Amino acid sequence: MSESTQTVPFTEDGFGQAAFFKGLFLLAMFLFVTTPLVATLLGGLKSLGDLRVNPFGLPSVWEWENYASILGSKRYWQLLGNSLIISTLTVILTLIVASMAAFVFAHITFFGRDMLLNYLTMGLLFPAATAILPMFIKVRDLGLLDTYFGVVLPQVAFALAMSILLLRRFFKDLPDELLEAALVDGCSYINFFRYVTLPLSRPILATVGTITFVHSWNSYLIPLVMLNSDSLYPWPLGIMVYQGEYSTEWHLILAFITLTILPTVVLFLFAQKHIVAGLTAGAVKG
Amino acid sequence: MSASSVSTLSAPGRRRRAADSGKLAAILLFLPPALLLFTLFVIMPVGEAAWYSGFNWNGFGTPKNWIGLDNYRFVFDNKAFGTAFKNNLLIIVTSLLVQLPLALTLALMLADRFRGAVALRMVFFLPYILAEIATGLIFSFVYDGDYGLLAAIYRQFGAEAPHLLASPQTSFLAILIVVVWKYFGFHMMLFIAALQGMDRNMVEAARIDGASRWQVLRYIIIPTLYPTIRLSVFFAVVGSLQLFDLVMPLTRGGPADSSHTMVSFLYNFGVTRMRVGFGSAVGVILFLICVTFAFTYKRWFMRHE
Repeated sequence: MSESTQTVPFTEDGFGQAAFFKGLFLLAMFLFVTTPLVATLLGGLKSLGDLRVNPFGLPSVWEWENYASILGSKRYWQLLGNSLIISTLTVILTLIVASMAAFVFAHITFFGRDMLLNYLTMGLLFPAATAILPMFIKVRDLGLLDTYFGVVLPQVAFALAMSILLLRRFFKDLPDELLEAALVDGCSYINFFRYVTLPLSRPILATVGTITFVHSWNSYLIPLVMLNSDSLYPWPLGIMVYQGEYSTEWHLILAFITLTILPTVVLFLFAQKHIVAGLTAGAVKG
Repeated sequence: MSASSVSTLSAPGRRRRAADSGKLAAILLFLPPALLLFTLFVIMPVGEAAWYSGFNWNGFGTPKNWIGLDNYRFVFDNKAFGTAFKNNLLIIVTSLLVQLPLALTLALMLADRFRGAVALRMVFFLPYILAEIATGLIFSFVYDGDYGLLAAIYRQFGAEAPHLLASPQTSFLAILIVVVWKYFGFHMMLFIAALQGMDRNMVEAARIDGASRWQVLRYIIIPTLYPTIRLSVFFAVVGSLQLFDLVMPLTRGGPADSSHTMVSFLYNFGVTRMRVGFGSAVGVILFLICVTFAFTYKRWFMRHE
């Protein structure tokens, strides 16, 4: 953005008193945010007794066994596997369905278009929780209860509104001349979508895909209501079961938490640009 | 590209007709999946919730026992629902009075590039992408009266550690702290994006003319940020209305139903007991609150955007 025009900083810099308090404040906030996380990471490396007397510091004896036993368990990998399957299916379906609809809304004028677009964006107005019971009954009547798709389809449905808006905005910004030239040359809309729009839209597809993935990976309510079998549980459900079983063995629970949020943190480090852009995207241009 | 051989030879009129049929094909192929999924899993359930809310029904067979608006009366007579509603309001108040000023302050400090600014932004944003469930569990450790971080701090000063989550007076306060911890970074990022897009000439000119930093903030920066502030408030309210995942690992709405939000109330009293009519009534109330809020807010505060 305007990094070059930074003549006046928003807040004090340098070495004055104000800058000192600014630094102090930032340090306090840094500690407020990171202390629970670091304590969780380290807590998983302690024995229970050590954790009780020394929750903040480094372990007096490093208990790698906590982490090793979880990493060696079938349970951990099954939870992550289920989450990965559910999130991947959700992302793929959302991208396909939303980009097709967004393409029509971006490039084709027809009677009722604005009405249909308004209809779809109603999904932004209320959370899935409002209709969770009828949704449960619908999924049950469709025979999808306790299946991956019983979770995936409602998640896709609720991801559509935002995804279509973001994709449509991007598609509309592609130069009109491209489509005109292609149509004159006899290329169909469908082929244009397949061979021109999609390849040119990788950045926005990555952004929409990443935020859909994060939402699905973290989601709790829909899987909680739709799944009964432990063997299908994604990790947020599994970790609640685990916590119930090991209620006060905090060293194990902390190790388990650390290992389950690790994929999110790694993804964040690698895709932070897409994640920040995507999660704040709905905001920037309304 | 199979149509190319036809249309390159054809007259403009025929070409247009071919394009029109291409349009129709694209519409008929591309729109139905989205419309179908959305109607089936978003719109129909909302309509059905309104219908089911008139019945006393456990979800099996067809709903028969029509009781009119009684479910709504049961909801409003339920003390826990009143608490849940109040808790949702508390989240909104906290967002406005604590989270928003905090996010704005940090954004002002971190919008400029200096050593560590980008890293700090990322650290502050990190809680936002962690799952609510994991965050809730981490903080149930922080608050734990025996092993937790808070207890350790109290022990340092020789004091008895409070069991924040176990007391109806403090359970929701504990949740509010986690809400701020988890979401301020998101709002900070919104403000940073807005600040970076801002024209700094005004700020510079005002400074040269002798305006103090406070005056610049009060009369130039904050007014420029109004659209973002309105947006941030909007997200805070919408987020509050759907808060659920955080509550479950921390308190499950307890003790004595002191820390429910409307959604956790719905889950606890409607879903787990399969009281479809009652739960649907809560859903409809929540839906009406969300939609009314969204429309009023957009009309009153965001009409220029």
